[in-house]
Amino acid sequence: MSQGAAKRHVTVDGNEAAARIAHAASEVIAIYPITPSSPMGELADAWSTAGMPNVWGAVPEVVEMQSEGGAAGALHGGLQAGAMCTTFTASQGLLLMIPNMFKIAGELTSTVFHVASRAVATHALSIFGDHSDVMAARSTGWAMLASSSVQAAQDLAVVAHASTLGARVPFLHFFDGFRTSHEINVIEPVEDDVLRTMIDDHLVRAHRERALSPDHPVLRGSAQNPDVFFQAREAANPFYAITPAVVQWTMDRFAELTGRSYHLFDYSGHPEAERVIVQMGSGVGAVQETIERLTVAGEKVGVLEVRLFRPFSTQAFAAALPRTLKALAVLDRTKEPGAPGEPLYQDVVTALTEEVAAGRFPAMPRVIGGRYGLSSKEFDPSMAKSVFDELAKPAPKNHFTVGIYDDVSHTSLEVDRSFSTEPDDVVRAVFYGLGADGTVSANKSSVKIIGDATDLFAQGYFVYDSKKAGALTVSHLRFGPRPIRSTYLVRRANFVACHQFHFLERMDVLEVAGRGARFLLNSPYGPDEVWEHLPVETQRQVIDKELRLFVVDAQKVANEVGLGARINTVLQTCFFALAGILDQEEAIARIKQAIEKSYGKRGKAVLEMNYAAVDKALEGLHEVIVPKTVAGGLHMLPPVSPEAPDFLQRVTAKMIAGQGDLLPVSALPVDGSFPTGTAKWEKRSIAHEIPIWDPDICIDCAKCSLVCPHAAILMKVFEPIAADQAPGSFQHKEWRDRENPGLWMTIQVAPDDCTGCGVCVDVCPAKSKEEVRHKSINMEPKAEHLEAERANFAFFEGIAPPDKRDVKVASIKGSQMLEPLFEFSGACAGCGETPYLKLLSQMFGDRILIANATGCSSIYGGNLPTTPWGVGRDGRGPAWSNSLFEDNAEFGLGMRLAIDHQATHARELLAELASEVGPDLADELRSADQSTEAGIHDQRKRVADLKRRLEPLESYEARELLSLADALVRKSVWIVGGDGWAYDIGFGGLDHVLATGRDVNILVLDTQVYSNTGGQASKATPRGAVAKFATGGKRIGRKDLGMIAAAYGNVYVGQVAMGADNAQSVKALAEAESWHGPSVVIAYSTCIEHGIDMSTSMTHQGEAVKSGFWPLYRYDPRHERDGDLPFQLDSRPPSMPVRDFQAKEARFAMLARSRPREHAELQRLAQADAEERWHFYEQLAGVERHPPGRLEDHEGRAEPPAEEEEVEPWAPT
Amino acid sequence: MGADLRTRYLGMELPNPVVPSASTLSSRIDTLKRLQDAGASAVVMQSLFEEQIEREGLEIHLVLERGTESFAEALTYLPELEDYNIGPEAYLRHLELTKRELEIPVIGSLNGSSPGGWVRHARLIEDAGADALELNVYFVAADPDLTSAEVEQLYIDLVEAVRSSVEIPLAVKVGPFFSSMANMARRLVEAGADGLVLFNRFLQPDIDLETLDVDPTLHLSTSEELRLPLRWIAILRGRVDTSLAATTGVHTWEDAVKLLLAGADVTMMASALFKHGPEHVTTVLDGIRTWLDEHEYESVEQAKGSVSQAACPDPVAFERSNYMRAVVNYTSPYDWRAAPSEPRA
Repeated sequence: MSQGAAKRHVTVDGNEAAARIAHAASEVIAIYPITPSSPMGELADAWSTAGMPNVWGAVPEVVEMQSEGGAAGALHGGLQAGAMCTTFTASQGLLLMIPNMFKIAGELTSTVFHVASRAVATHALSIFGDHSDVMAARSTGWAMLASSSVQAAQDLAVVAHASTLGARVPFLHFFDGFRTSHEINVIEPVEDDVLRTMIDDHLVRAHRERALSPDHPVLRGSAQNPDVFFQAREAANPFYAITPAVVQWTMDRFAELTGRSYHLFDYSGHPEAERVIVQMGSGVGAVQETIERLTVAGEKVGVLEVRLFRPFSTQAFAAALPRTLKALAVLDRTKEPGAPGEPLYQDVVTALTEEVAAGRFPAMPRVIGGRYGLSSKEFDPSMAKSVFDELAKPAPKNHFTVGIYDDVSHTSLEVDRSFSTEPDDVVRAVFYGLGADGTVSANKSSVKIIGDATDLFAQGYFVYDSKKAGALTVSHLRFGPRPIRSTYLVRRANFVACHQFHFLERMDVLEVAGRGARFLLNSPYGPDEVWEHLPVETQRQVIDKELRLFVVDAQKVANEVGLGARINTVLQTCFFALAGILDQEEAIARIKQAIEKSYGKRGKAVLEMNYAAVDKALEGLHEVIVPKTVAGGLHMLPPVSPEAPDFLQRVTAKMIAGQGDLLPVSALPVDGSFPTGTAKWEKRSIAHEIPIWDPDICIDCAKCSLVCPHAAILMKVFEPIAADQAPGSFQHKEWRDRENPGLWMTIQVAPDDCTGCGVCVDVCPAKSKEEVRHKSINMEPKAEHLEAERANFAFFEGIAPPDKRDVKVASIKGSQMLEPLFEFSGACAGCGETPYLKLLSQMFGDRILIANATGCSSIYGGNLPTTPWGVGRDGRGPAWSNSLFEDNAEFGLGMRLAIDHQATHARELLAELASEVGPDLADELRSADQSTEAGIHDQRKRVADLKRRLEPLESYEARELLSLADALVRKSVWIVGGDGWAYDIGFGGLDHVLATGRDVNILVLDTQVYSNTGGQASKATPRGAVAKFATGGKRIGRKDLGMIAAAYGNVYVGQVAMGADNAQSVKALAEAESWHGPSVVIAYSTCIEHGIDMSTSMTHQGEAVKSGFWPLYRYDPRHERDGDLPFQLDSRPPSMPVRDFQAKEARFAMLARSRPREHAELQRLAQADAEERWHFYEQLAGVERHPPGRLEDHEGRAEPPAEEEEVEPWAPT
Repeated sequence: MGADLRTRYLGMELPNPVVPSASTLSSRIDTLKRLQDAGASAVVMQSLFEEQIEREGLEIHLVLERGTESFAEALTYLPELEDYNIGPEAYLRHLELTKRELEIPVIGSLNGSSPGGWVRHARLIEDAGADALELNVYFVAADPDLTSAEVEQLYIDLVEAVRSSVEIPLAVKVGPFFSSMANMARRLVEAGADGLVLFNRFLQPDIDLETLDVDPTLHLSTSEELRLPLRWIAILRGRVDTSLAATTGVHTWEDAVKLLLAGADVTMMASALFKHGPEHVTTVLDGIRTWLDEHEYESVEQAKGSVSQAACPDPVAFERSNYMRAVVNYTSPYDWRAAPSEPRA
């Protein structure tokens, strides 16, 4: 058994393990959210807010910056002024820090940055772990220390903070994103006195003495010339030379104090190994397990773990290798296309060459390099074994890949998936749950219960969905008598739990089940009736694998005690009962303690409900007597309909089914281009209730369709249909339109795409005269309507949309008659952002390019497997791309520049070719009015005509024009992103793009918080709101982005809130699009982070406006030209106190409970903010402006000066 | 001046019969001090709502859990704060502070929903230093299966349970909706109530004619509403041996005097104080004093109950549906002719 009884253990994840040390060893912490490092910043902020001191007894100063670049700059300054500084980052965030990192290293400044390493975006963004970010920073001159486990993430954080002081070289401490940062494991904590001892006060004071001070001034940051720069650069060499020794000395000191020993390179395995893997990071755990198994079988294998990657000590490296070495495989968790090998491989080759040449290593072994684990791709013992097998071959493959099947370049190694090192005395449990049911929370609690309260070791790792609504979670838990370093997913579980019955028909939850495993199923069917309700495929696995099947109706128990959808406590109790890790009584007592710890602050009622759930859980748990044969006719559903296009069948379907790992390289696009309009093929069917239309009271307002965040309730207006053509259940009513009498309309739900958010019902204004609660749209149980609505929806899809030329696009009803080209996104149910995007797609989807900043909108907009941006019947649709978080405005401007250039060039060519294509056509094409749908339609026809005429022409100009002809049709560029982008990280670029005066449209989906990374404060966060990084309530008011933009004079600005004024939102989008200069529309977007019931998303927007918290306005530079005033306030003067609006949102109301005094003061100021702003806007409404605009706007307007006119030469007066 | 304003309420000797009733006026210490300075003889604290505490806890729980552990980039959406002050602690701390800062008696007020909760919170209020406790019982018996006898028994059980768990004087504030108010009053007193507070006012539903939403609101009372407590205090005075407090509709000194005459030991006001400010207490007290002096009453005690049902010349008037008399009065040709434009006194 472990040393658990003797030593204190804590159960934490890698982020917390590292952050605790960083916070304790720092004075200034500059933070910025980025996955997967955000929790480190959040913890540091929360600890400082709670007054937790550092080792010097002071509370570290934590400041959120506008970007990682800003954080690095602030830290550079903090370091120059003598503070101990740290930050936390990953991926693109680290890349933004690189310029300052060069400076900080060049100035030999002691600091540590902690990195949860993550893939750098290339053909796609990925939030998952690999080393591409840290490898991009390896030339900065920072020491780089790699941690391969949660324990090491803590311990090496200490080593980094202590070593940097001695070495004066800054340290980048990194560990694998998610695999280590988010893995919960049992570790021995570093006690405070150990940390206190490790941080040498003399060195801290020396650091301070080197600081800039007017009391003993020096100059740093000089500019140097060819004469000295080079020499100065070399002057720092001795510090790098000594750093490895400093680190080893520090590691040794740490070992003396804690008993945990680390080395620059740690070898483990057979002492006379002939085949060795060199590796860095979490994958080492899987290799070590493999080695243990292989050495028992007599194989001479080992692994060398690299801990100090920079400065790379070639001598220490060679010294750590067994002399018997014959073949070495270097595994890199990154890809450097075009290089002779990946970075670690190259270092190893260089080191061995030098060491062999110097006679310090006996002979050059065979060295091969390979890539593994990009973007958290699984790396498990079967893969490690395949690498060792490869090393044993006479001609092993170099530059290989492992963990994928590469049928294009044939780099991949073959893997024997049956190889497993999972020992039988480890409980290996896999749980399938929904995000909303609390499965992960319960499992985290179970890991902590076992890790903290028993001598057993525990590990928890959690796999989340790429969708936010109805998200699937898979939890992988291990419990065992030895420290758990299985850094890969559970593959042969001896316990499987499926917390949602309906998962069975969509995914193979028993694929991971080992023989004889226990299978806990949350089932509405009791033990005697459940069998026939299981898909045949599930039944077969239960029989074949000899599983023991248990059922519990967790939902029933949860309902009885008032927990609703949170079935976690019930199932957690059942897990403990079945897993047999603790005896029942103790387990129940421990679960209750954990409940008290998690929920104690939330009051007695919450505790009592959960206690009741624990007490009642086991009454409902039953073992099913498994029949010997399958029964019933239920089968698993195919991931996509057989009618889906080929790519979806071949590729997307596998991803949906959770089998993306099996896709070969050849299946994937080479450049990251994917078909659009794929979300509609992934029928997730996650709603329990769907909206059902009652045509009798409908008033044709189209609001339900307008506000639907998921495009799952739609309106169509159409010519009457013969009764026998439509399904019997298909409903319609007469469309009330005097100009176009006789048309029909219908409102249709997409039953399998609806999330059941209820926003449509909330906004429906049509109430029954007899029974007010009955509206024209009502949420009703899906099961009762599914069959009919599926048929209705299929028929509905076949009804052609109207000709856009006949529709008043810039109106609520008109826009809603048009097809949405953004549908069924994976956004949260009730999302406040997506209705704007859907509206945008309806109004202009056939001609827009979208530059989308990283954030929620790029995730629900572009996260595979399926994406919502769609294609219309004419094949046209939004072309969408995401560049980065920080550069989105510039990215969109680039699109505009390209389009404009192509259009200009096309017009020039047209002029040249006028006689060949026909002067009339050329003329019309060049002077076409494209301000209306009809104008655009006609121009498209002309372009088609032009292409036909150009086809036979063979001149260079004709070929050019043919390739550029489409540019003659007006395109609209939309730059879309959230407030984190627009107000903070991307503001500089956004401002610059506005200043160019070019025709771009910027849509800011303003949730007033960094939504995608979990609710950190941005400069859009209003005063008094609680957010991460502002846990005590935001102290200052939100930035007025609209006014900053309006200050330019020639920028169209709209501040809108769809839920408050539908028509104003539609109008603002239309005006922004039609203004041929820069436009900004700032759209108030309700978000789950506001702490509201999202079904009332739109109502909240109404109150935000009514209280003056979010005034609606439009600033239209064209008004000036009409002799009007450009600024127009669209909302009415505030008619309710801001406090009444804020009282309904938890982001404000929580503070009232937590810190009533501050809340009262902040609320008073929030009211003053609203009143002051309203007063300011009222005055603006009377202000005239006459900005002259760009030179191009004037060309051809004014008379040119007469040629003979003398221009006055400038002369001094 | 002359008349002695002292009165006894719940066994406490109070300098006068004007007490601010349970309302948000008691949420700020400075307001409470102004009330004391204006002459309030005691103060009833805002109610501790057990149901509200529970609901707030559940709502915070719901909000903090919503959307969590679903999406890898955002495992939570709102920060976990140090404390949400769910539970009675904030109320009790405020009560302790009030007790420290004021010289006049402080009466705690409790509005509960579960038997356990009533007893637990009553004790906590006592421990926080309240001089007395007012149980504010309100319950809409909407269930057709629930008989009036069962409803009444709920009240009795409750009062007995709380009585047996606290030492301080206990007042029970109830609504008028009992088939037999007088019998109920006596049973409440037998169950352990030291006083009755007649009557409570709670949210009443309203319908918004635009949205057709049902909106429970609380409007400030008017003097008109004092007729109901006036009747029942007059009836109960002398019949049930207990302290009687009148609340609802007490706005002016005239209102207060009427209630005292009917038999109230104290008169409680809130709406008038919201309208006119805490200093309105002084105006009311001055008015009471002046009236007593002008009508040559020596003291409140002397006037108290002098027009109760038992003491008045026309006892039936309190029981009669006053409608007949009112109709006669209003239709009297004499009145119409005599003072066509005079407001009726």
